[in-house]
Amino acid sequence: MDVDKKTLERMMEGDLKWEELKPIISGRKDQNRFDKIMEILQEKLNWKEKILLPLHEHLYIVAKEGERIVKCDCGFEFGDYQINWKHKCKIRVRDTFESIEKLYPKMMGSDPEWEELREFFCPNCFTLLDVEAVPPGYPIIFNFLPDIDAFYEKWLGRNPPDKE
Amino acid sequence: MSIKPIGWDGKTIKEMLEESEKLLKDSKKYHGIERLSLKEEDPFKYEKAYASLRGALVSARETALHIAASPIVTEIGELCFALYTPEGDSIVVSTGILVHVHTMSEGIKFMIREGYEEDPSINQGDIFLNNDPQCGNVHTTDVQTLIPIFWEKELIGWAGGVTHQIDIGGITPGHTLVSSTQRFDDGVYYTCRKIGSNDKIWRDHMIGAKKSVRSPMYWELDEKCRLAGNLMIRDAVYEFIEREGIEFYKKFMREAIEEGRRIVLERVKERLIPGRYRAASFMDLPMKDQAWLPLARVDKISNQPMEMIVKEDGGLSISFDGASAAGANAFNCDKGAMEGGQWVLLTQILIYGDKVNDGAYYAVEKYYPLGSWANPGDPYLSYQAPWGNLIPAYTTVMKSLSYALFSRGFREEVVPGYGFTGDSIQGGGIYSAGPLKGERWMLSTFEISGQGLGASAVKDGLNWGYAMWNPESDLGDVETWELFQGGIPYLSRKVKPNTPGHGKYRGGANYAGVAFIANSEKVEFFAGREGLVFHGSGGMHGGYPNATSYRLIAKNTNLEEIFRQQQNYPLGDPDPTDGEFERYLKADITRIPIGTIYPIALENYDVIHFSESGGPGYGDPMERKLESVKKDLDEGLYTSDIVKNVYGVVANFDDDKNEWEIDNEATKIQKQRIMDERKSESLSFEEFWKKERDRILKGDFYEAVTTMYLESLRLSTKWGREFREFWNLDEDFQLEVK
Repeated sequence: MDVDKKTLERMMEGDLKWEELKPIISGRKDQNRFDKIMEILQEKLNWKEKILLPLHEHLYIVAKEGERIVKCDCGFEFGDYQINWKHKCKIRVRDTFESIEKLYPKMMGSDPEWEELREFFCPNCFTLLDVEAVPPGYPIIFNFLPDIDAFYEKWLGRNPPDKE
Repeated sequence: MSIKPIGWDGKTIKEMLEESEKLLKDSKKYHGIERLSLKEEDPFKYEKAYASLRGALVSARETALHIAASPIVTEIGELCFALYTPEGDSIVVSTGILVHVHTMSEGIKFMIREGYEEDPSINQGDIFLNNDPQCGNVHTTDVQTLIPIFWEKELIGWAGGVTHQIDIGGITPGHTLVSSTQRFDDGVYYTCRKIGSNDKIWRDHMIGAKKSVRSPMYWELDEKCRLAGNLMIRDAVYEFIEREGIEFYKKFMREAIEEGRRIVLERVKERLIPGRYRAASFMDLPMKDQAWLPLARVDKISNQPMEMIVKEDGGLSISFDGASAAGANAFNCDKGAMEGGQWVLLTQILIYGDKVNDGAYYAVEKYYPLGSWANPGDPYLSYQAPWGNLIPAYTTVMKSLSYALFSRGFREEVVPGYGFTGDSIQGGGIYSAGPLKGERWMLSTFEISGQGLGASAVKDGLNWGYAMWNPESDLGDVETWELFQGGIPYLSRKVKPNTPGHGKYRGGANYAGVAFIANSEKVEFFAGREGLVFHGSGGMHGGYPNATSYRLIAKNTNLEEIFRQQQNYPLGDPDPTDGEFERYLKADITRIPIGTIYPIALENYDVIHFSESGGPGYGDPMERKLESVKKDLDEGLYTSDIVKNVYGVVANFDDDKNEWEIDNEATKIQKQRIMDERKSESLSFEEFWKKERDRILKGDFYEAVTTMYLESLRLSTKWGREFREFWNLDEDFQLEVK
């Protein structure tokens, strides 16, 4: 089904009622969804940089001065998208019962000897961007490294916005 | 070969299988098919043909499940049928438990490769039984019936049906036995065994099989259910051939599978983004103080790292390189289990639709490292409860697909994961009184089918309604479960606060049950679920994992007296630190933060509490709308202390209105406090890195963690190299178990 931009905007804000959302989930997907979402985001953020790909609820890969960087919607720039953006985050580690039990009742969180919680914050706006539940000593996970050129050139049949 | 080949054009089926595999390898297309000629030339006829076969399979399933007796089949539909090519590739599958898109394929291919055509021979009317994980099955409790389909002396395919048993005659009663540590504990094994001819199950087989399990009636009726469904499918195939002709059928089956392969590539290009995706999940195995065999007395974490590559051509590759080792526990997975877990997931989030078959299997590359839990390579290990690894491990795939779906704009399809369908309280006993005195009862409730689903990027997760292994999940009626597990009636089923993973959109919530032992003797009880680690790969984009499990058991209770005096009894454990059990019961009450426990003995009037799982959350909880938080409080999904700490929302209960009211001023202050704490309590990456690296250098880990790293470092050069590079460790760095 063809979902109009206004409906998509409401969906992105979490404002659609189930009766409105259900047909979008179970119906045929609109083939130009990506372009509509990109349009909405570019308008909303009002950045001079072009968005190449929405990476996260708050993070975008944008083209800036010939580089492709990850940028938070607060304006903070994480740098080259090929390097894990979490390495630029501020990180809080919950590795004691006391700190874990602030979020989960006793018995209902991990044992910190077995697993810790890592919270990754944007160093500028301090929005919580990711949570890792991993054993202590586990390398930070690089969630997603997109192949931007292949996506635009091979799948969408056009150049990426920074090569137009 | 002494007998006449049963393949096409005078070939043996082994020759047909080899030819099919070579064509796929050389051309990368099923049977080397370049053009879907039937679909192109007469699409209406082609679609009608596909729909008629699929309809026949769905119809067979719907009819057959009424023959089964097991509530697991009748109540929640743990039943699936499929139609295969002579070489064992699925053409069409029914609705139901789509784990088995590819599992029975492996069973058929096993029989072909092992020369069954010659001995024990494959004839019209033969019936084969398989439940061996080495031959494509998930675990022994899934039992498959396969029948060959002939047309004028040529094998033109197979029909297969699978049901899940209540009991499989393993080391303890139950269906997913956590105390099983070797093949010989897994219950009765049927390795692609011929069990009937002329469409009849042999009497000697049925006598032996019924003596091999603790639930003989369910076994017999489930066998008849699977056979009946298969025979219905065979009839439907004959009707199809009589209508369309054998040449059309032969061509159709190949093209339908190639179309299935192409559908995956097209769907991937439509929904995802090419690139590399990574996630990791974990499962705790706290067996050091529990296991019966010395070899199994180990505490360890199962490492489940997953890398998914979405390729330019739309193909997918999924690798579990770095997975920790297989071992003397029930959670080992062979290929059938891995394929089963993968297929049931992909068919729900990406490749849903009528046309799911082995074409989809051929579009996805897999790597299951030898020696790991994902490919042990040792038939003598236990494969009884592979779901212990599969369920958490495949959250990684769901989450990775969700990263892609989000970036592509399909935010409504995002699901970072699901709750562990694992609090399967199990065991059983013998009725000590009443009309069934002396009979066995099995505790195998499948209300685990109703777990919390993860949040999406636009809404909260589904409450108490999801099972990753069954798209038609239903937690079922208490009364139905009590029919066959009458020795453990329910006292309550009630919303359990604080189960959902936190987030801008919270994960699905769940409930807990309380039950007691009645009119029984020799009762064993055990359970399996995560407890010391969070389930799966957690939340997404700032969402948290859902709460973990724990065990609460009350023994030597005064429940009998409470009943007699008609007093209140506990209906739940809403706050484990403020015990409802302690308030209402005089008893020896134990709470342990472990989800997986070995069998323990229970007596009449002992009480157990079991909590089902919430789903993981999505997004920063601080962004959750205030009215949503209020609704959570009003519905009892969260408690006010947790809401204050996580969501920064301060609320007070209004006794007059019987609802929660948010204190806006206090909430503003609390939210600011949380933001301040984020700033003051967080480290830079460099500080974090140094702190964690120091722990590694000192080996400052509990042995379960060290063992996990040692196994992953031993089994994967690549994972080991990346681990050492990330922490800047010497090439020969090793950890030691203290």
